[in-house]
Amino acid sequence: MKLRIAVLSIVAALLALPAAAADKVKIGFVTTLTTGAAVIGKDMQDAVNLAVEDIGGKMGGLDVEVIFGDDGFKPETGKQVTDKLVKSDDVDFVAGYIWSHVLLASQKSVLGAGKFLISSNAGPSQLAGKLCNKNFFSTSWQNDQTPMAMGEVLNQRGIKKLYVMSPNYAAGKNMVAGVERTFKGEIVGKDMTKWGKDAQLDFSAELAKAGASGADAIFVFYPGKAGGAFVKQYEQAGLTGKLPLYTVFTIDSIALPKLQKAKMKAVLGSLNTQFWGPDLDTPQNHQFVSGFKKKYGRYPSFYAAQSYDSVFLIKSAVEAVGGNLADMDGMRAAMEKADFPSVRGAFRYGKNHFPIQNFYLRQVVEDGDGNWTTSVVSTVLKDHQDSYVGECKI
Amino acid sequence: MSSSTPQYLARHWPAFAGVLVLLAAPLAITYWDQPFYLDVLMRLMILAIAASSLNLILGYGGMISLGHSVYIGIGAYAVGIPAYYDQYSGVLQLLLALGGAGIFALVTGLICLRTRGAYFIMITLAFAQMMYFTFVSIEEYGGDDGLVIYARSDFGGLFDVENSIRLYYLVAACLLLTLLLVHRIVNSHFGMVIRGAKSNEPRMRAVGFPTFRYRLACYVISGMLCGLAGWLMGNFTGFISPEMMDWTRSGELIAMVILGGSGTLLGPTIGAAVFIGMETVLAEVTVYWHLYLGLLLILVAKFGRGGLGGLWQRIRGVR
Amino acid sequence: MDSTLLVIQILNGLQLGVLLFLLAAGLTLVFGIMDFINLAHGSFYMVGAFFCATLTLWLDSFLLALLLTLPLTFVVGMVVELLVVRHLYQEDHLQQILATFGLILVADTLVHIIWGPEGLTFALPEILNGQVTVLPGILFPVYRILIISVGLLIAVGLYIVVTQTRVGMLIRAGASNRRMVEALGVDIRYLFTLVFGAGAVMAGLAGLMIAPITEASIGMGNEILIVAFVVIVIGGVGSIKGAFLGALLVGLIDTLGRSFLDDMLKLVLSNQAAETSAPAISAMLIYILMAAILYFRPQGLFPPKGR
Repeated sequence: MKLRIAVLSIVAALLALPAAAADKVKIGFVTTLTTGAAVIGKDMQDAVNLAVEDIGGKMGGLDVEVIFGDDGFKPETGKQVTDKLVKSDDVDFVAGYIWSHVLLASQKSVLGAGKFLISSNAGPSQLAGKLCNKNFFSTSWQNDQTPMAMGEVLNQRGIKKLYVMSPNYAAGKNMVAGVERTFKGEIVGKDMTKWGKDAQLDFSAELAKAGASGADAIFVFYPGKAGGAFVKQYEQAGLTGKLPLYTVFTIDSIALPKLQKAKMKAVLGSLNTQFWGPDLDTPQNHQFVSGFKKKYGRYPSFYAAQSYDSVFLIKSAVEAVGGNLADMDGMRAAMEKADFPSVRGAFRYGKNHFPIQNFYLRQVVEDGDGNWTTSVVSTVLKDHQDSYVGECKI
Repeated sequence: MSSSTPQYLARHWPAFAGVLVLLAAPLAITYWDQPFYLDVLMRLMILAIAASSLNLILGYGGMISLGHSVYIGIGAYAVGIPAYYDQYSGVLQLLLALGGAGIFALVTGLICLRTRGAYFIMITLAFAQMMYFTFVSIEEYGGDDGLVIYARSDFGGLFDVENSIRLYYLVAACLLLTLLLVHRIVNSHFGMVIRGAKSNEPRMRAVGFPTFRYRLACYVISGMLCGLAGWLMGNFTGFISPEMMDWTRSGELIAMVILGGSGTLLGPTIGAAVFIGMETVLAEVTVYWHLYLGLLLILVAKFGRGGLGGLWQRIRGVR
Repeated sequence: MDSTLLVIQILNGLQLGVLLFLLAAGLTLVFGIMDFINLAHGSFYMVGAFFCATLTLWLDSFLLALLLTLPLTFVVGMVVELLVVRHLYQEDHLQQILATFGLILVADTLVHIIWGPEGLTFALPEILNGQVTVLPGILFPVYRILIISVGLLIAVGLYIVVTQTRVGMLIRAGASNRRMVEALGVDIRYLFTLVFGAGAVMAGLAGLMIAPITEASIGMGNEILIVAFVVIVIGGVGSIKGAFLGALLVGLIDTLGRSFLDDMLKLVLSNQAAETSAPAISAMLIYILMAAILYFRPQGLFPPKGR
């Protein structure tokens, strides 16, 4: 008898489970929390936690719950955790995604289930064009845009011959395509190196080739830890001054503290392009950067900035429908307006839901406290839209 | 050998209970609306097929292959590449998976089986790595980034696997068939030669068995079974990348086989279940779950001769 | 072809080769003498890098850190031998693979717990950071020259130890006939622990030397370990000479492939096809080499005699 009651109550408890969770906004956030790339994931996680704190843990009167998922730097694992977030945790929004190939592998699981997918970093050309979806939004950029800005900078600086290096994966190919799109000179050499969890980190052979290629400058895309390794070897190979370094997504606040610790002075003064910078003068950016520095004792990276924005984008959607999470159309319409305080200042969404925004030239400098950071020099592209929006048929 | 049915049932009740649980699982999962666990079980069973196929050469034949996950890749690309050209015919995809895996096993087996021991381990790895880098370099099929498969195999009106529960039963049927096949092979004349060649090949040859041909045939069958697992995997995940052929995946397959008990029929399935179980439960609790998995592997290697399956048999006093 | 570039790439290939040798030497000895497959050998490479990076940041001296790291990795190697590896010599290869696969997971996770996910990097002393003229008109990083020199010195030293000393004699005897050594009344267990520790030190040295170029990061040993296995299989398991020549061969082929293959392919293929296929084919080269060598010599190039 006792046993039967116990069994019945367990069954009752299990049956009651799905009904309990409805007065909360659940956000799944997929990023890399293991392997060497976890340093990026950590930065994003910190920014999301800060954002949730800054909004008092509430959106449109509902409590906010963020569930983090680790993609292990692998598309397949990323898809698995995405499936789990969608099917098991039944989240309302899935955000995050550092890596283009992880996002491409996972997007079907979210969009197929009719949920919102917010990319906080990856911006593969496919999702801007052919695969664009009404429920997909980006708080970052399309991959090609930042290198396109860099191509303009190279033209302005009179570079005629360029050497290009990038890892061999979706974003790497987009970065190279982007710089090729705007750069008017000749590309004298190109190396696509192995990427993934066992990425190639010793670039001696490639750097020797670059040095001997007769190029005026080298353009590089090496996100995360590979960036630090590249810059060190660039200096050791004696290319500083001989082959000026232009980068995208390589020298950021994740690489800089390590480079500073290692006294790699070659990096000071080097140029990169970005849609944002820690010193960008907007009210939301002041709040974000000073809050982040206060809480974590370091500069936020652009990954962190985009993740912070993701939370505010979601908040704008939930508030527009007064917390009625079933109103997908209302939330979508709200997000399409991009009516939230973004760290980059005001921007618009294109019809593929990628931002139409400015891109800035930034230089690596030492700040007042002696820390290395980047500082905005000038605006390269104004209100720039990606090149794939035409392929998007929404 | 000639035990009556009730005795047979009594002796093998865990296996029958396992089958029952697998068959009933979708009902419970649907009832509690937890479709994620259907995915977990499907992954488990697909890996169990792959591990069982490896067990055929590794456990029974003594051929330690560190390149077995290449067949999962071949099978999955046999779904992905036709799908890329809008060819969803299930028959075509299945034939490609089995044929591709079989041919790859035949060609590489002719070379690999000339070597022994560590050399065999490394040469199977070499061929798997070549395949891995080949797919990395084919930009058309996504290269490193892999391919998204938008629809599952199409069997006309016969059987619609777009429905996950039907796919689940297809996977379960494939697993049972694989286990049955392995059981039959191992206990046949053919299997006796394979097992004999593991412990003493010169003697088997002296007795007059062309062991090379037997071992090659076994190697090809194993590859094709794993190709079947790959075909299911491609359908199940809807995504395929060269990463699936990485050597660490082959290492995981080996670990599953040994963990569960190599050279036993159900060992690989037990190993796959422990792997997936730990991944599902521990990864929830801590990002450091690999530590516990690693410790378990070390302990099993040290104390659990015959793996968890062997341990279970010893506990029950069955040989 | 640009001869300056060729010289530089040969030096780069040599540098990769000696690093591979330092890893492969320990691997081939442990494999050859104790018949033990150690998948976790790459973990010592990682541990060496992390110890050295930590100590360099603490003590502000690369040299001091290096001198402390070597005995530390020796101790780590011996502890691992005593705790885990020793109990597996009698087991077959399968149990060894399982246990050392587990060791990799444990080592990687422990490093993650202790040092965090981001890895460590540190600066070289000024004198090592520059360039040196190796041939008229050809500059090469000083530090990479140093790596090559250290690697070659160790290779020579190891050769002398193995061929000229009593320990070396036992090692050689162990590689070709273990029972014989035991029959001679040598306590083979001390020899095993010693050799295992020495292998760990060499792997650690390789790791700490590469760390200032790339960085100390989790899992850094796993990929290079597979290449080291390729090296010892090409050279013949148990042979130091084979490991040395195999390492240089693999280092040179890999580096030269990465730098010249696309230009060579452009002679026969379209530019586009050459650019996309070159990285994959150059990554495949060492495996093609290994498969070819094993096809003609199933025991590798220099199998130890008497096996």
